[in-house]
Amino acid sequence: MNTSPELNTPIVHRDTLPGARYWSLVVKRGFCLRLVDRDGRANVSTLLYNPINPLERYNAPDTLKGQHTSKLTRGNMLYSDMGRVMMSIVDDSLGWHDTIGGISDAAMVREKYGEHGYQQYGNDFYRSGRELFLIELEKWNLGRRDLVPNLNFFSKVHADADGTLMFDPEHSQPGAHIDLRAEMDTLVVLNTAPHPMDADPEYRPGEIDLVIYRSEPVVPAYDYCVNFRPENARAYANTAIHNCQEAYS
Amino acid sequence: MSSQTLVESRLDPANAVYREVVPAGSPWMHEVKKGQTFRILDLEGNQAADTIFYSLERPTEEHYSAVDTIRAQGNAYLTTGSVLMSNEGNPMLTITADTCGRHDTLGGACSAESNQVRYALDKKPMHNCRDSFLTAIAESHYGLTKRDIVPNINFFMNVPLTAEGGLTFEDGISDAGKYVEMRAEMDVIALVSNCPQLNNPCNAYNPTPVEMLVWD
Repeated sequence: MNTSPELNTPIVHRDTLPGARYWSLVVKRGFCLRLVDRDGRANVSTLLYNPINPLERYNAPDTLKGQHTSKLTRGNMLYSDMGRVMMSIVDDSLGWHDTIGGISDAAMVREKYGEHGYQQYGNDFYRSGRELFLIELEKWNLGRRDLVPNLNFFSKVHADADGTLMFDPEHSQPGAHIDLRAEMDTLVVLNTAPHPMDADPEYRPGEIDLVIYRSEPVVPAYDYCVNFRPENARAYANTAIHNCQEAYS
Repeated sequence: MSSQTLVESRLDPANAVYREVVPAGSPWMHEVKKGQTFRILDLEGNQAADTIFYSLERPTEEHYSAVDTIRAQGNAYLTTGSVLMSNEGNPMLTITADTCGRHDTLGGACSAESNQVRYALDKKPMHNCRDSFLTAIAESHYGLTKRDIVPNINFFMNVPLTAEGGLTFEDGISDAGKYVEMRAEMDVIALVSNCPQLNNPCNAYNPTPVEMLVWD
């Protein structure tokens, strides 16, 4: 089921990614990546890198403290460690995407769901977020040293007053979507393994639709994300320098 | 704040095998061996100590991991009893005493670039923790690079999460003489930036020295 809104702009690529699979692409500046949770069970673990200098990457602490939030939604921007915005969340039907839960590894998957290897189960074998990230990162000459704290789109982890963390199993919905606009060319590496805190005793990773479309031109003075917080405007100004764009005021 | 567990240490500073005062704004890098106990002492109060731990055996492969640590303990804050986990899922250190009560692991370190974003574009020339981290690893012989500067612990910083998903920066809850102490569960390299931040209250706008102590 896909109830996400129709796009009035040319779609350049559309794909469906099953659960527990990987994907990566350099999304060029001026294009948007839409992710759609088809069945309401998806978790999309995501990392971002600057393809011309992958030492610059999505930085969770800078993104969170810069915007005084631990969750991400429309208006928030994804900052690199170099004071720039890599992607902006221009649309979001859920209101909360996780930044602190991390990924599962093989031992966690085995402990939670039991042994379920390829030899017995073929391509339905169980895979961890870490394994899928590492496979895809290696294709870009990246690896374990580059596995920094990631985003988990469509998942919600919240804390009580004591800091106890809780995963919300009812959070996502069939057709939920999030649209990410690349403000600089951005290597997006993602996978659809289950969230490591997902309490579902069954291994049932959700599948997603991926849509890439050309963004409307950004008018910084009126842009929702640029003006969402003063920090965003400053991060966007740094990105404009990176892109050799004219400064704006 | 019932999760804050104040536990005093029985260790006597007179018996420490190592003592060093780290001036405000300086980095400090030191090996702590398995079984040793390491204390950071806030000498004058409200001083943030940005800290990353690396495995001494394989520093470029195994390091402190904020997400693994908070997920393993099911809680966002560090205090007595918290086990600091590595990216490989191994316990690196266990916090054994803490007279402050809460330490942050989400806010990360300040950098020239994050100061621009958070405060003003003209703040770039100000001294910052990432500069201290990079200075220390560049002068060391462990093979560490910027690639290994991962999200750190902010000892003595209070950065509460709200139920609505907000992240708030509260005034420090530390005070002169407060400390946090941890036992190494493997041989580690401790990398600390005694934070020089002047743009927010994490150091009460007055960065001050901290003391490092190690016991066998």
